[in-house]
Amino acid sequence: MTNRSLDIRDLHVSVETEWGPKPILKGVNLCVKPGEVHAIMGPNGSGKSTLAYSLSGHPKYTITSGSVLLDGVELVGMSVDERAREGLFLAMQYPVEIPGVSVANFLRTAKTAIDGQAPPLRTWVKQVNASLASMQLDSEFSSRSVNEGFSGGEKKRNEVVQLELLNPKYAVMDETDSGLDIDALRIVSEGVNRYIDQGDRGVLLITHYTRLLHYIKPQFVHVFVDGHIVEEGDATLADSLEKTGYEQWLKAEA
Amino acid sequence: MTVVTTPDPRTVSHLHPRGSFRVADHPVPTGKEEIWRFTPTGKLADFFDDTLARESLGVTVDGPAEVRRLDMGQSPRGTALTPVDRAAAIAAGTPTATHLYVGAETTDTIRVSVRGTGAETPTADHLVIEAAPDACATIVITHTGQARHIGNVEILVGESARLTVVSIQDWDPGSVHLGQVEALVAKDAVYRHIAVSLGGDIVRLQNNVSYATEGGEAELLGVYFADAGQHLEHRLFVDHTHPKGISHVDYRGALHGDGARSVWVGDVLIRPTARSIETYESSKNLVLSDGCRAHAVPNLEIETGEIVSAGHSATTGRFDDEQLFYLRSRGIDEVQARRLVVRGFFSTILARIGIEDVEAALMARIDTELAFDKEN
Ligand SMILES: Nc1ncnc2c1ncn2[C@@H]1O[C@H](COP(=O)(O)OP(=O)(O)OP(=O)(O)O)[C@@H](O)[C@H]1O
Ligand SMILES: [Mg+2]
Repeated sequence: MTNRSLDIRDLHVSVETEWGPKPILKGVNLCVKPGEVHAIMGPNGSGKSTLAYSLSGHPKYTITSGSVLLDGVELVGMSVDERAREGLFLAMQYPVEIPGVSVANFLRTAKTAIDGQAPPLRTWVKQVNASLASMQLDSEFSSRSVNEGFSGGEKKRNEVVQLELLNPKYAVMDETDSGLDIDALRIVSEGVNRYIDQGDRGVLLITHYTRLLHYIKPQFVHVFVDGHIVEEGDATLADSLEKTGYEQWLKAEA
Repeated sequence: MTVVTTPDPRTVSHLHPRGSFRVADHPVPTGKEEIWRFTPTGKLADFFDDTLARESLGVTVDGPAEVRRLDMGQSPRGTALTPVDRAAAIAAGTPTATHLYVGAETTDTIRVSVRGTGAETPTADHLVIEAAPDACATIVITHTGQARHIGNVEILVGESARLTVVSIQDWDPGSVHLGQVEALVAKDAVYRHIAVSLGGDIVRLQNNVSYATEGGEAELLGVYFADAGQHLEHRLFVDHTHPKGISHVDYRGALHGDGARSVWVGDVLIRPTARSIETYESSKNLVLSDGCRAHAVPNLEIETGEIVSAGHSATTGRFDDEQLFYLRSRGIDEVQARRLVVRGFFSTILARIGIEDVEAALMARIDTELAFDKEN
């Protein structure tokens, strides 16, 4: 039996800058098991998105050392699409616009790539429409270009539509709650909870707001400062962060 | 400054040479002239030789259009198009032109096929398309086969007519196609021209529009895919001679392979008489490999301050890494991700054709242009 988990071990990552490589992640250790929800909270610029992008294999980031095992399979060194086909999903903080590529075509192409075969046409269209409807996106969205002209909130909801339809083993959600109105926050949370309720999926939730964690209950909360995890606890840690902020760790790091 | 009391709307602009039907008025290009500076004129000597006997490729017309012959000087021949270069002047001088008349009751698509039969015989044709007032039609002209061809298309868009002319250049290798396309847009007419250039060694089209009177709308769209060794050149000239006209230009091209070359020149002239007009032009190039060059030259010349809006943009770039990353993060492999992005890039223009089978065939054709990905 292989060890089922998304296991991040001592991950060091640099970003290419004009002045050479700049280290951002400085030894991240984190293990997400199926059925678990982990929240990551931390100040702006601490490297949370860098972690998310590095896991997915964004070309801008270089993993200088460490390892990421997905159910025992090493992701480091794999291409972006190989990682996705292994079962990793990233809901992006800033979803990208792709002019001229319809949501329907995109979803179908992605589903086909992940499953290794095209989804049966009739049930698939129903599934897509149901998923859009559950995110309160009109079915006309499927004929629109991916993310083009979508409002900030619509982009985030479209990410959750993809989470639902592609149903990966592990999902990293980078600030999916940012920019959502009160109703949308509930709708998006319900979508993520449906995914979690399958019981065998792992979620890494990057957020700035405790509010989200009242909808989606994490078992673990990690405080992320200056490229690594400085504190871990259960859901109550998020509430105490609300009062104290990140100051204690920022001072210690300085 | 000279004060002109009755302004001639057709004063000469530095953007564009004055036209003439006399071949002798257009000296044989050396390649140094403004209008020829991007063109490999050295490979085109036969196109400038007015002593050569040229045959007609003729047209096969399928659809509700009346087809007639027009002799030299027979109206409406020469109403819209005055040749602006030597090759166009030679084609304009062909003894018989083809007249395609589209009546007001027409709603169907008219398919016109121009088929080359070999590169040994130089050919030239002059086609006159006339859309009656209130006509509403789409004409798809497809160029295939092999040829060394000069093809002029003169287009008269009647009052309140809506005319779309799609011109597909999908010649076999070894082909060269030059020509002038020129439309005269009447009051309240909506004219759309969509150029799709895919096959042929050299394609160089001079695509002009002017307005017969106040009002009128012109949309000049284009898609091209230049691969190794191909030279695809689209030169646009919108001449706003009257008030309240509208013009929109949107060309998109992709280049791949050694020596692939594209030229887009967008000249828009807003004459002093052309008050309250609206114009926008855009050119986008996607460079898919090393060794290709895309030239894009927008020229906006504004001679009156009283316009609604005028603008232009030209971009040339490689694949957007973020777009590819987004697609690939959903499991889509690199080859397919690139394909999706390129298809998307072109689809917005192709969708404007509005004829499903033509759009699908062109998309499939673009897929074959993208097949190089398989080799990588
Ligand atoms: N190309 C780059 N050049 C220099 N610094 C960079 C580059 N890309 C990222 N960084 C830096 O890396 C750090 C981490 O950025 P990251 O986006 O991961 O932060 P974050 O924790 O997600 O912040 P936020 O909460 O604002 O989303 C930031 O200080 C950022 O400025
Ligand atoms: Mg971030």
